Amino acid sequence: MSENRPEVKMKKEPIGDRRKFLLNMARGVGIATLGGFIWSAQVDAVTASKLMLRPPGALPEADFLKTCIKCGLCVEACPFDTLLLAKPGEDKPLGTPYFTPRTVPCYMCTDIPCVPICPTGALNEESVTTDGVLDINSADMGLAIIDHESCIAFWGIQCDACYRACPLLGEAITIEYAKNERTGKHAFMKPVVQGDVCTGCGLCERACVTEKASIFVLPREVAQGKAGDYYIKGWDKNDEKRLENAKAIKTKTKLSEKSALDSLNDVGDLY
Amino acid sequence: MALSRRDFLKSSAAASAAAAIGMTVPTEVEAAAAKAEGDWRWDKAACRFCGTGCGIMMATKGGKIVAVKGDPAAPVNRGLNCIKGYFNAKIMYGADRLTKPLLRVDENGNFDKKGRFAPISWERAFDEMEVQAKKALKESGPEGVAVFASGQYTIMEGYAAQKMMKGGFRSNAIDPNARHCMASAVVGFYQTFGIDEPSGCYDDIELTDTIVSWGSNMAEMHPILWSRVTDRKLSDPDRVKVINMSTYTHRTSDLADIEIIFSPNTDMAIWNYIAREIVYNNPDSIDWDFVKKHIVFAASPVNMGYGMRRKGEKSLTPVRPDGSAGKYDALEMQTIDKEMQITVSEKEAPALAPYGYKAGDVMVNKPAGLKHWEIDFEEYKKFLAPYTLDYVADIAKGDPDESKEAYGKKLKALADLYIEKGRKVVSFWTMGMNQHTRGTWTNTLAYNVHFLLNKQALPGSGAFSLTGQPSACGTAREVGTFCHRLPADMMVKNPKHRKIVENSWKIPLGTLNPVGNQHIMKIHRDIEDGIVKFAWINVCNPYQDSASATHWINAARNMDNFIVCSDGYPGISAKVSDLILPSAMIYEKWGGYGNAERRTQLWRQQVLPVGDSMSDTWQWVEFSKRFTVEDLWGAYTLRNGKKLANVIPEALKMGYKKDTTMYEILFANERAKSYKVDMNSFPQQGYDNSECIGDSRNVVGSDGKVFDGYGFMIHEYLFEEYADFGRGHAHDLAPFITYQRVRGLKWPVVDGKETQWRFNSMYDPYAAKQTKENNNSHAFYGPLAKALKQGDLKGMDKASKKKGLKNKAKIFARPYMDPPEMPDDNYDTWLCTGRVLEHWHSGTMTMRVPELYRAVPEALCYMHPQDAKDKGLKQGGLCWVESRRGKVKARVETRGRNRPARGLVFVPWFDEKVFINKVCLDATCPQSKQTDFKKCAVKIYKA
Amino acid sequence: MRNLWNSYRYLFFRRVVQIGLMLLYFGSASWGWTILMGNLSSSRILDFVPLSDPYAVLQMFAAGAVISADLLIGVGVVVVLYSIIGGRAFCSWVCPVNIITDAAAVLRRALRVDSLSDRQRLSRNLRYWILAMSLVISFFMGVAAFEFISPVAMVYRGIVFGLGFGAAAILIIFLFDLFVLKEGWCGHICPLGGFYSLLGKFSLIRVYHSEENCTLCMKCKEVCPEHQVLHMVGKFSESVLSGECTNCARCIEVCDDDALEFSIRKMAENKKLGENNDNIK
Repeated sequence: MSENRPEVKMKKEPIGDRRKFLLNMARGVGIATLGGFIWSAQVDAVTASKLMLRPPGALPEADFLKTCIKCGLCVEACPFDTLLLAKPGEDKPLGTPYFTPRTVPCYMCTDIPCVPICPTGALNEESVTTDGVLDINSADMGLAIIDHESCIAFWGIQCDACYRACPLLGEAITIEYAKNERTGKHAFMKPVVQGDVCTGCGLCERACVTEKASIFVLPREVAQGKAGDYYIKGWDKNDEKRLENAKAIKTKTKLSEKSALDSLNDVGDLY
Repeated sequence: MALSRRDFLKSSAAASAAAAIGMTVPTEVEAAAAKAEGDWRWDKAACRFCGTGCGIMMATKGGKIVAVKGDPAAPVNRGLNCIKGYFNAKIMYGADRLTKPLLRVDENGNFDKKGRFAPISWERAFDEMEVQAKKALKESGPEGVAVFASGQYTIMEGYAAQKMMKGGFRSNAIDPNARHCMASAVVGFYQTFGIDEPSGCYDDIELTDTIVSWGSNMAEMHPILWSRVTDRKLSDPDRVKVINMSTYTHRTSDLADIEIIFSPNTDMAIWNYIAREIVYNNPDSIDWDFVKKHIVFAASPVNMGYGMRRKGEKSLTPVRPDGSAGKYDALEMQTIDKEMQITVSEKEAPALAPYGYKAGDVMVNKPAGLKHWEIDFEEYKKFLAPYTLDYVADIAKGDPDESKEAYGKKLKALADLYIEKGRKVVSFWTMGMNQHTRGTWTNTLAYNVHFLLNKQALPGSGAFSLTGQPSACGTAREVGTFCHRLPADMMVKNPKHRKIVENSWKIPLGTLNPVGNQHIMKIHRDIEDGIVKFAWINVCNPYQDSASATHWINAARNMDNFIVCSDGYPGISAKVSDLILPSAMIYEKWGGYGNAERRTQLWRQQVLPVGDSMSDTWQWVEFSKRFTVEDLWGAYTLRNGKKLANVIPEALKMGYKKDTTMYEILFANERAKSYKVDMNSFPQQGYDNSECIGDSRNVVGSDGKVFDGYGFMIHEYLFEEYADFGRGHAHDLAPFITYQRVRGLKWPVVDGKETQWRFNSMYDPYAAKQTKENNNSHAFYGPLAKALKQGDLKGMDKASKKKGLKNKAKIFARPYMDPPEMPDDNYDTWLCTGRVLEHWHSGTMTMRVPELYRAVPEALCYMHPQDAKDKGLKQGGLCWVESRRGKVKARVETRGRNRPARGLVFVPWFDEKVFINKVCLDATCPQSKQTDFKKCAVKIYKA
Repeated sequence: MRNLWNSYRYLFFRRVVQIGLMLLYFGSASWGWTILMGNLSSSRILDFVPLSDPYAVLQMFAAGAVISADLLIGVGVVVVLYSIIGGRAFCSWVCPVNIITDAAAVLRRALRVDSLSDRQRLSRNLRYWILAMSLVISFFMGVAAFEFISPVAMVYRGIVFGLGFGAAAILIIFLFDLFVLKEGWCGHICPLGGFYSLLGKFSLIRVYHSEENCTLCMKCKEVCPEHQVLHMVGKFSESVLSGECTNCARCIEVCDDDALEFSIRKMAENKKLGENNDNIK
C-alpha cells in the first residue's frame, strides 16, 4: 500500500531540488511561526488568570507557573479535598493546583501536608516555616475582602459568622464595635480583616451566610493597592522599613514631556 | 435606696417609649399601607428561635413566605436580627418537609413496630393513636400516657395539650424540653420569690453599670441582647464593666473587662465567696434596712443526690456481681451508684464542714424534695465562713496554666464590683447555671448577693435569668406544660389550685391528678421501665436532646410501646417513632410566644401549612374527639398507691353523658363557641385560619372527611381561657386582640400598661398595692412556700411552728458540692456541651438552611492545643469523645470561637452526626430535674 | 488458544502495566494509597522514591525555573529507567494515550480508512520541531509551554483527578488518529514521544531482527506504529536501533517465524557481528 505514494507524486511536475528545499524551508518557518504564535497565545491565555488561589507556600504566581510540574501530589496530600488541579474547560492554568474557598476552604492544617510533598518547590516550605517549624499561620494564599454593601453585619445584623469561622479569630478578623444610632440601643459588630495576619484560607468566605459571599478571598496582588515608598507614615515607626526600597524618582507628565528648552521656545499663542 | 433623678428619667422614658411603640402602632394600618405597594403582604410575628423574643415582619407572596425583616417597631430588636432570625423566611421550606402522616407498617399495612414507614391518612393515624393510647391507659393508667412537650409550643398549642392531658387523660406525664433549659431557674424563682420569672427586663441593660454573664455565652446565644450590652459598654467604656464567668473562653469574653474561667460546678463557691466578702469584709455594704424588711434566711438538706436513677428502680434490677445492674453496665453504674451515697471529697469538704461533714465521710443521699426552713443570719454567716479567697481560688481556678494569685485578684475584683456602692449590677445567666446538678441552688445563690446589697428588682440592677427557648416562659412556664404545674404558677399538688382549674375547665372536681412527678427524664425512664406505653412528641426532639440517649432510643425501639412524633422535619425523634404526624410550622398557624422579659407576642397565620400538615393544636383537638367521659374518667390506682376517684357520676351530674367526648367538654364548649369567626374585621380579616374555617388545601381530616374548621375562633378561646387564670394574680395578660396590635407587652399588664420591674413598688402595681401602707420599696409577693419552719444548717426543727413571710424573699445557705462525675485517671477530661450561634438546638430547622449549614456543617470538639498535642491529636483530625455511656467521633478544633483551658473539651449538640448526648450523663438537679449537660467525664483519643 | 496468547502476550502485559499504573495513581488520589502517588508529571513511590518527567523539567528549565534537588533526583531515576528499557517504552507501556491511539489504529484498519482516503503526508520529524518549539516558547513565555496544552497530561491527570473537558482531548486524539492521520498523535506530533525517542537512542533493551528467520510476511510492519524503524526487516539482521521504536513488542508477537526478539543492545550488536549467535537462542 505504501508503495503507492511515490507513484502518485511522480504524476506531478517535477520540482527542482534547490527550489523544493527553499520552499520546504519557507513552509516550515511559516508553519512554525503560525503554530508558535497560536501556541504562545494559548499559553498566555491559560496562564493569564490572576484570580487563582494557590495552596499555602505557593511561589509568586509567575514563578509558581514556571515551577509547578502539575503532578497533583499536593492535591493528594490535602486531607480535606480542598485542592483541585485545574481541568480543561475551567479557564485556569491547566493542571495547576488551586482551591475555591466558597466550596472547600483551606482548613489550615498545622502540619501543612500539601507543602513538603511538592517535588519542585513551587510550594515553598521555607515560606511557611517560622523558626524551623512549619507554621501555617505564616501562609499567604490570599487576602479576605469584605463587601461593605452586602455584608449584613454592616446593616446591624448580629452575624459575624466570618469572625467565628476564622482560625485566627481575633487576629486575622477583628470586630469593630460601633453604636447603632438608628436603633439607639444596639451595637454594630463589623468584621475587619487584618491584612497582615490574614492567610487567605477562606474559612470566612465559606461561612458567610449571604447568598453570594460578602467576604471573599482574592490573591493578594489583586486584592491590595500599593502606596508608594515616597511617603512614610509619620505615626508608625515600622513603616520606615519601606524606605529600604525608596529611591529618587524622575517624573514625567504630559506637561513636562518636552525639554525645558523646547518648552521655553515654544510660545504657542501665548503672545 | 432611692432612684437617682437621672435613672428615673431614663427608665420612665424607656417605659413610655416602649408603651408608645407597643400600644399605638396599629398593625392593620401598616399592613394595608404595605398591601398597596406591591403584591406582597407584611405582617408582624415573633422570631422562631431563642428566648430573646425579637419582633420580625414576614413578607408573604403567592401563599408563601418570601422574606423577613426585623420589626423596626419591636422594642427588643428595633429592626435588627441575628443570623438565625435573618433566615426565618427559609426555615419552613426544607426539601424533606413532612407532608403526610407516616406509620410503621408490615406488608399488609398493619401497624408493625419493626415495620417501615408508609404514608397513611389522618384518619388512620388517629385510629392507631386511639387504639394505642387506650391500650396504654388500660395497662398503666394515666401514668402510661405521656407527652414530650416544648418551650417552642405556641401558647395555644401548649394550653390545648396541657388541657387534654391533665383534664382529659388525668395524666401529668406532660413535660417540656424547657425542663432541660429553664427548670432550675424556675425552682430558683419559686423558692426565692414564690413566683416564677425575672423581676427585671431588658431595659436593665441600658441602665446598668455592670454586666456579669454567668455560664452564658450571650454573644452567641442571645446576640441581639449582646449587641445591647455592647452598645452599653460603648456608651461609657470606663464606667461600664463586663465580666464573663465561664468554664471556657468563648465569644462573650471578647468584650469582657474580666474573664474568669472556673472549674465546672464551682460557680457556687464563687457566689458564696462574693457573699462572704460582703458579710465578713464589707458588712457596711449590706442594706440592713432592705434585708430586714424583705428577706429571711433559709437552708435545705444537702444530701439530696444528683437526680439519677435510684437503686431498686426497675431498669436497675437485678444488680449483678460484676457491678452492672439491669439495663446499665458496670461502667455506667460507677456513676449512677453515687445517687445512693457518696464519699465527701477533699474539694467539697471545707464547704460541707458547717453541715458536719469532713473529707472521707460517707454521705447517704435521700430524696429531699423542695423542703427548706428558716435559719438566722448567724447561721448563714457560719455557712459562709469557709468561702475564703484562698479556698475558692483553690477549687475554682479553671485554667491550670493560670496562677492562683492572679486568679484570686480577679475574684476579688469581681466581688468589689458587686459591692461597690452606687454601682448597678445585672447578673445574666443561662444554661451554665441552670444545667447543673445543683442548678436550683446556684440560682438562689445569685439572688443572695443581689439581695444583701439591695441590688435586685431595681432599674439597672438585678439577677436576671435569660431563657433559651422562644416560649419557655410564655408557654412552658406560664401555661404550665410541666408535670407539676397548672397555668399561672398553680401546682397540681395544691388542691385549691386543682379546684380553680377544674372549675374553669368545667370538669368534675377530683378529675385532676395530684401526683405530678413525671418530668421529662422520668418519662424517658418510665418508658425504659415499661410504665409509659404511649408517648407523643410535640415541637421537640427528645431523642436527640436528652442525655444518656442510647438508653432512651433503645427503650423506644425495642420495647412494647407506641411513640408518636409531630414534627415538620425527619429528625432523630421522628426516626425513633412509630407514627409521625406532619405539623404546621410556626408561621403556618396563629400563635404566641412569651420571651425572657415576660413579653407576650402574638401573630397571625401567615400562610397555609405545607402538604397535609396541620398544627399541633388541631392534632390535640382531633385526638380529643376520640375519647369520651367513660373512656377516661373512671377510677385509677397510681403507682404510689394513690387512687384517682371515678368522676363519671360527677360528670353525669354536670350534664355530660358517658359518651360525651373530650372535644365537646374541653374544646368545643359553650365558652369556646362564643369566640366567633369573623372574617370581615380585624384581626381575622384577610388571614388564613386553617383550624377554624379549614383552608383551600381541603385536607382530609381525622374523620375521613374534608376538614372545614371548628366554626369558632379557637385560638382566641384557648388564649383567653388560659389568660383568665393569671388575671388578677400578678400574671395579667392583655386581651387577645390587643396583642394582635402591639409589639408584645411585658406582663403583668395592668390597666393596659406593662410592667418593667416586678416587686418594685414604683413600677409594679401588685407591689404598690402591697406596700401602700408600709411604704416599702419592694414587695416580694409571690405566694409559693411563704410559710417556713425554723432550724439550723443541719436540719429543720420539726417541733417549730411555721412562720409566714408575706412579701418576703429568701437568701439560701447552699454549699459548694462536687458533681457526681468528675475527671479521673480513666476519663480525664471534662466535657461541656452547648450551642453555636448558627444553629438552633438539634438543628432540625437550621441545618436545612443552606447558608447556615454551610457556615457550620458539623459539630467540632473544641480543645486546648496542648491537650490535643498530648493526646496525639491533630487540628482538624478526628477524635473519639468517650464517656462511660458511649462515644462519638468529632473533628478536633484547637482554634476558633471556643477555647477551653487544658482539661476540658466543648462539643455542641446540634449535629445528628456528632450525637454528643450519647456521651452525656442524665444527672439532674434533684430539685428542678434539669439535666446537667455541662459536665461529665470523658476520655479523648485519636479516631 | 496458545496461539492467541502468543500473539497478544505483550499487549496484555502492556495493558496490565498501563491500567495498573493508572489504578495506583487513582488509588493514591482517591483512597490514600501510597504505593504510587502523584501522576506522570511527577510522582513518589512509597512516598519515598521521586520520579519526574524529564521533558517537563527540561521545559521548566527553559522557562527559567529553579530546579529543585528532589526534581533532579526524580529526573535521574526516570532517565536511568528508560535508558534501560527503551525511551519510548514510556509510550507503549505507560502512557494511557497509547490505549486510545492503539484503539484508533485497530479501528482504522478494520474500517480500512487508509483505502478510503488519500494518505496524508506529514513528516514524522514534526515532533522534534514541536519539541524544539516547546522549549523556545517555554523560554519566552516563562512557563513550561507544552504542559499547558498537553493532551497527554490532560488524559492522565483526568484519569487521576477528574477529566472535565479533558474528555474532549481523548476524543480529538482518537478521531484525529482514526480519520485524519494514521498514527497521527503518537507517531507524528507528540513532543513527549519525540523527547523519549531522543532519550531512547541509547537505551539498552532492543528488538532484534534475524533476517535468516524472516519469511517476509510483513505482518510486523503492518502492526508497527513506527514502521520506519523496521526498515531492516527481510534485509539484514540487526537490532532496531531507532529511538522511535516504542518497544511495544507487537512485531515480536505477530511474527510467526521467531524473526524478532527482545535483546540487550550490546549482545545484539555482538550478534550482528555474528558472534554468540547460539547463546542468544
